[in-house]
Amino acid sequence: MADLSSNFVGIKSPNPFWLASAPPTDKEYNVRRAFEAGWGGVVWKTLGEEGPPIVNVNGPRYGAIWGADRRLLGLNNIELITDRPLEVNLREIKAVKRDYPDRAVVVSIMVPCEEAAWKAILPRVEETGADGIELNFGCPHGMSERGMGAAVGQVPEYIEMVARWCKANTRMPVIVKLTPNITDIRKPARAAKAGGADAVSLINTISSITGVDLDSFSPLPSIDGKGSHGGYCGPAVKPIALNMVAEIARDSETAGLPISGIGGVTTWRDAAEFLALGAGNVQVCTAAMTYGFKIVQEMISGLSQWMDERGHDSVAGIVGRAVPNVTDWQYLNLNYVTKARIDQEACIKCGRCFAACEDTSHQAITMSPDRVFEVQDDECVACNLCVDVCPVEGCITMEQLEPGVVDPRTGRTVSADYANWTTHPNNPMARAAE
Amino acid sequence: MANSQMTRGIVSGRLPAETIARNFSDLHAPLDAHEAAVASDRCYFCHDAPCMTACPTSIDIPLFIRQIQTGTPEAAARTIFEQNILGGMCARVCPTETLCEEVCVREVAEGKPVEIGRLQRFATDTLMAQGAHPFARGASTGKRVAVVGGGPAGLSCAHRLAMKGHDVVVYDAGPKAGGLNEFGIASYKSVGGFAQAEVEWLLQIGGIDVRLGEALGSGLTLEALRKDFDAVFLGIGLAGVNALRAEGEDRGGVRDAVDFIAELRQSKDLTTLPIGRNVVVIGGGMTAVDAAVQSKLLGAENVTIVYRRGRERMGASEFEQDLAASKGVRILYNAMPVAVHDGEIELEYTVETAGSLKGTGERFRLAADQVFKAIGQVLAGAPSGVRIEGGKISVSGDGRTSVDGVWAGGDCASGGDDLTVTAVAEGRDAAEDIHRALIG
Ligand SMILES: Cc1cc2nc3c(=O)[nH]c(=O)nc-3n(C[C@H](O)[C@H](O)[C@H](O)COP(=O)(O)OP(=O)(O)OC[C@H]3O[C@@H](n4cnc5c(N)ncnc54)[C@H](O)[C@@H]3O)c2cc1C
Ligand SMILES: Cc1cc2nc3c(=O)[nH]c(=O)nc-3n(C[C@H](O)[C@H](O)[C@H](O)COP(=O)(O)O)c2cc1C
Ligand code: SF4
Repeated sequence: MADLSSNFVGIKSPNPFWLASAPPTDKEYNVRRAFEAGWGGVVWKTLGEEGPPIVNVNGPRYGAIWGADRRLLGLNNIELITDRPLEVNLREIKAVKRDYPDRAVVVSIMVPCEEAAWKAILPRVEETGADGIELNFGCPHGMSERGMGAAVGQVPEYIEMVARWCKANTRMPVIVKLTPNITDIRKPARAAKAGGADAVSLINTISSITGVDLDSFSPLPSIDGKGSHGGYCGPAVKPIALNMVAEIARDSETAGLPISGIGGVTTWRDAAEFLALGAGNVQVCTAAMTYGFKIVQEMISGLSQWMDERGHDSVAGIVGRAVPNVTDWQYLNLNYVTKARIDQEACIKCGRCFAACEDTSHQAITMSPDRVFEVQDDECVACNLCVDVCPVEGCITMEQLEPGVVDPRTGRTVSADYANWTTHPNNPMARAAE
Repeated sequence: MANSQMTRGIVSGRLPAETIARNFSDLHAPLDAHEAAVASDRCYFCHDAPCMTACPTSIDIPLFIRQIQTGTPEAAARTIFEQNILGGMCARVCPTETLCEEVCVREVAEGKPVEIGRLQRFATDTLMAQGAHPFARGASTGKRVAVVGGGPAGLSCAHRLAMKGHDVVVYDAGPKAGGLNEFGIASYKSVGGFAQAEVEWLLQIGGIDVRLGEALGSGLTLEALRKDFDAVFLGIGLAGVNALRAEGEDRGGVRDAVDFIAELRQSKDLTTLPIGRNVVVIGGGMTAVDAAVQSKLLGAENVTIVYRRGRERMGASEFEQDLAASKGVRILYNAMPVAVHDGEIELEYTVETAGSLKGTGERFRLAADQVFKAIGQVLAGAPSGVRIEGGKISVSGDGRTSVDGVWAGGDCASGGDDLTVTAVAEGRDAAEDIHRALIG
């Protein structure tokens, strides 16, 4: 069986599946049960500085978006960092790490933007025997109004400064957790690197409102008739997170900076995709909150089956395998021509492809009186919309036109040569081919 | 002239070959990939899932369904086989409507459970089609265990023992291994020679020596086995049948349903298998339904199940009763056989008062050129010395009998329903207990 063991910035864990800093990792009871269920590591729920505990709302903390059959696709929360006393958390972290030496225990921290505050907490965290720290610069609600969380994460200079303080005051590896609520994710990643951070982790949650109660006109979740933006996570945010991970992985300034991938990881496949786009491991929150700790078993069995089938023998060997294939639009091969193909055997004749193409695309699908749907190659621009709306997986596929064949839509012979926009005759900026 | 459904007497070839072939094809066709995707999507991944509790082998159903959902049916199969090495057969024969699917929260909420049995088949078929065996034998322990009976209980026990590194010899009285999987289960539940294919696949673990045609009681003795082996497991099923206690029971045309089914299961060409025009099956369990339905599928014109108690007491599940009805089998409740005459059976209505059953005195006759007895199998050939209780080998805990070093499980042992899946669970648990006893 494939070796799933993981070494992330020197932190070892039996598999690359860590629980992200959030309610699942808020206390010893949870973390012990998570480790028993098979999780490779945890990032403990964010600790704040010594003092009166944090106060959370006492009404609903979560809002949600569902797909068909009430499958939870997106979760929104207005929870703050841990509301339990610092010394209780530290005591529990120490006990858990002592009993599970082979698992990763990383402690998430958020204290005010003053060096003294960091100097005060770091030795106490170090004393627990934890494997590393994660700086929570991502929380988009509640804490940012107090000058912490996303308020720091949105200012690259602050990130660099705090990372530097931490590196100077602890021997533990420092992971900087990034907020996605920013225009260019590469800037905070570069700042983290400049400050000496060992790694970045992303994404934290995305600012959002999940809905509005149309009777009371209160945003959801509603606290006494009022709502506040919260942080969005779960399967819905995965594409955003994947892109941000890839952006950092392929940025020459941060090349080689380890990344912990977070955001919507729900199955082994999601995890493999994050790894391929450059994440050294993954962190999970919503999937565990939706289905319980047991889902890690599917992640483990699925990842190892895929690795065995494809002959990947280590997690490290998968990391970043897709990064060289992430490019800019202008470098995509314009001579790669495909056409939609409908498998008539598999077709259940719902007509969704027809509606999509006829009403909103290129009128390239015909419908016969007995509901046979066929692609007209002379109209098909290969947009893929029919594939995406078809309810039967694999029924509509994209088939490449071989070089030498004439594309009936353009009348041009498909060329075997790679040619992109930078050299295209219609591009006013095109450089001369010679 | 060729025979038809109307031909008198017990004759073969009542239906054309194509009709017979169609009749005996898969009762539940396998799911294709799209159907499996849709069916698996319905599972809620319940916590401490009721389905898992209802499964006698405690298969982690939510996990294996999620593994199908995420495109790894092979991993799903592993999850199944870890708990139930005959998960392939169980996917076909388990009365899921009274086990896992009955308690599915979707059944409770919408009256339509997740199709656990068919999904289980999708997963196990996928892995078995690849021919590979998912488990490796443990390092040899040098211990030897005799397993008597190569049915589900014996095979499951032998496989688990082999996994643990013990050397196993399976003795079976019959000409093929598999027990009732091979000789009893209705044809349309296990098509295409699946039972033997599954046995061969299971034996790939290695370390299991199967000796056919060797019976405890004729040649083999428990004393000798106990001397030659470190432990003995008895999985001999229920080889005897109850008597009808009706006049004329020994007439031609009266037969054990289990024998008839065994002949049917072993028949190479069902158009040559004789069946009556008017068939009456006595009994109320799965065997009665299977005998009746298969008689009908062979082309009998009239098939009646006669059960001595009311519908609610019938052993066959509602699904099976409906299956029988849909095939044109008539089920007569509250009637018992009194005498078998030439071409007829005489019956008497019954009433059940305070648990005891009495004839009402009102008698009637049904045309019957063939009568099948499906009134329960009984223990036969249990070695003397082991304590018998309520007609079965008395066991405690994980299958320990009254004799030291001798375990038992499956239909022959006390406790549990007489189901394939229960036999598998008991065989497996006994193996674990034997392992603990041998290795400490
Ligand atoms: C007609 C019929 C239909 C059924 N349909 C279903 C169904 O659809 N679903 C379901 O879950 N269950 C069904 N059952 C029940 C199920 O088949 C049994 O519960 C199950 O096979 C029991 O397994 P076992 O290993 O205990 O016994 P068996 O399957 O009976 O196997 C016992 C084995 O021991 C051998 N043996 C017996 N005596 C000796 C001896 N003295 N020495 C050596 N070997 C011996 C036999 O040859 C046989 O191979 C059905 C039963 C019958 C009779
Ligand atoms: C209720 C809740 C509380 C969270 N609290 C924290 C926190 O204290 N610190 C932190 O760094 N991230 C926190 N997060 C963000 C998660 O760690 C994670 O980055 C985010 O949910 C995306 O991952 P997911 O899609 O797997 O849920 C929280 C998320 C949720 C849902
Ligand atoms: S009870 Fe039904 S829905 Fe729940 S896990 Fe089992 S099969 Fe799935």
